[in-house]
Amino acid sequence: MTINDYSKEQLLNFYHRMVLIREFELRAINERRAGLIPGFIHSCVGQEATAVGACAALQTDDVITSTHRGHGHLIAKGGDPKFMMAELAARSTGYCGGKGGSLHMTDFDLGILGANGIVAGGIPMATGAALAFHMRGEKRVALAFFGDGAVNEGAFHEAANLAGLWKLPVIFFCENNLYGEGTPQHKQAPITDLAIRAEGYAFPGVIVDGNDVLAVFEATQTAAVRARAGDGPTFIEGKTYRYRGHYEGDPMVYRSKEELEQWRQRDPITLFRQRLIEVGLATEAECDTITGQVFDTLDEAVQFAADSPQPEPISALEGVYFDTHGGSVY
Amino acid sequence: MSRRITFSEALREAMAEEMSRDPAVFVMGEDVGAFGGVFGVTAGLHAEFGDERVRDTPISEQGIVGAGLGAALVGMRPIVEVMFADFVTVAMDQVVNQAAKARYMSGGKANVPLTIRIVNGAPGSAAAQHSQSPEGWFMNVPGLKIVIPATPYDAKGLLKTAIRGEDPVLFFEHKMLYATKGEVPEEHYTIPFGQAAIRRPGSEATLVALGGVLPKVMEAAQQLAARGLEVEVIDPRTLVPLDTEALVESLKKTHRAIIVHEAHRRAGPGAEIAAILAELAIGYLDAPILRVATKNVPFPYHPELENYILPKVDDIVQAVEGAVKYQL
Repeated sequence: MTINDYSKEQLLNFYHRMVLIREFELRAINERRAGLIPGFIHSCVGQEATAVGACAALQTDDVITSTHRGHGHLIAKGGDPKFMMAELAARSTGYCGGKGGSLHMTDFDLGILGANGIVAGGIPMATGAALAFHMRGEKRVALAFFGDGAVNEGAFHEAANLAGLWKLPVIFFCENNLYGEGTPQHKQAPITDLAIRAEGYAFPGVIVDGNDVLAVFEATQTAAVRARAGDGPTFIEGKTYRYRGHYEGDPMVYRSKEELEQWRQRDPITLFRQRLIEVGLATEAECDTITGQVFDTLDEAVQFAADSPQPEPISALEGVYFDTHGGSVY
Repeated sequence: MSRRITFSEALREAMAEEMSRDPAVFVMGEDVGAFGGVFGVTAGLHAEFGDERVRDTPISEQGIVGAGLGAALVGMRPIVEVMFADFVTVAMDQVVNQAAKARYMSGGKANVPLTIRIVNGAPGSAAAQHSQSPEGWFMNVPGLKIVIPATPYDAKGLLKTAIRGEDPVLFFEHKMLYATKGEVPEEHYTIPFGQAAIRRPGSEATLVALGGVLPKVMEAAQQLAARGLEVEVIDPRTLVPLDTEALVESLKKTHRAIIVHEAHRRAGPGAEIAAILAELAIGYLDAPILRVATKNVPFPYHPELENYILPKVDDIVQAVEGAVKYQL
């Protein structure tokens, strides 16, 4: 595919989503500092293209599992910034009524089975959702997002083996940002291309430029077609980089400013914007308009969160089980 | 109409009936297919329902419990078998961090109709990694329901309730109960969670029997009756939710409580039950609450050594006699 094979609307939508993710993260970081958000944040600034490209290749009834660095995935799958910001602010209007926070946001209507606080924790879950689709003969796909750290967890290997064995319609999407928490990848695995691990489970492992939204979209679309055809899983490794720490407040002593600067030269949003303008599919003014819309959206989201009621403390006891309100201490 | 069938057959009937009733129900686990399970519980299901719905898996406890959770989140009702309770440790993240908390973390939205059948108990010389009864560990994890059936009737009715429910259930099946027989009606039925069964009425002491120890507890009760001590035997049937009311009511009558289980004694399920009884009913007690349980060592291989650490009929009898003689 070339860029001319996309509609302008689709391309501007990619751009809009990426800017929304970037600015959502920066806004959330600010609002955390300002005191609106009580919990910690693992931001995905720099990794917008993997989230947007991958989710754009999915349908609404396809499902994803996400990670601790999951805000981008949620926005890319259609998550509403209002309910996300309200959840980060621990308000009753948030996606989880203030019980989940950044690490556990879900929206089943949008096929978001959940962010996850455990590295690789969502991968078996996506595989199980794919098993359900396969058993029911549905042409749906499950996509598990995870980082480079997750491929060294047993959960990844057990799930990949099941998916390869049963040819399940699942896409293992690895965002390789070169660091697992605060340790570089070369100290965590004896390989640099993690996609080669797919070979051991008998499905393709594909490497893409994770900062190129169109490359990510195309790889994921190919994987989704393969999954829907009953040909089984695909592992996609998107090579990318996170600009900020593992978590907000991370002193980042484990990497150099030069390395960060090099990656900033390949910023996924800047590159895509330049490309759109170069090929004449968008103007500077159109791109700026989109950015302006994003700021409006986020102003509304923050306002919504700030205006939302705090949950009643007693609501802490609700929602443990289907058929009780958690009232019994036993 | 009722007939006598084994605990194992009762479980199989529950699964077959639910699979016939609801296409969302399926079974997966190690050797559950044509093999029929190492304890034979799924024997015949594969022939009836086929590869897809009676699904052999690789030896990947974390993977299959997690896959069960994922399937449950999108509308299936999986029954995952964990061949030995000791192996559930391999799936601990998926049980404790994922399945148990999925509903709560999502603000109550996630339904998790996942049943995990777990084979516990010491079958004789199975040693330290194939004999444990870890059900009590999970009482400390909000979000799980924990079932410990002791009779074929309960095994069937409780398993059906587990499968039809919307929460993750850990369903513990003691190996030594599989061959035991009991009355099970031909008609379909379910048993609600959180309702204890009085196995034998009595007035001198309350014996709380958890899961696989029920035959030993009934034997002890019989011996005690022969000595003129009528004890009440209560089987809670589910640890979470726990029928505290039935336990307290019994204690009001007997004023003595002895809790018997095969889980290790220290911080086992009996510790929690003892604490609850002390909180709710200490005023009714004429003796300390006692526990008869496996001694706090790993299971040894040697039959005599294993027997030495397990709770025995004599231990139960002695505990009751001690409680009855106790002077405040």
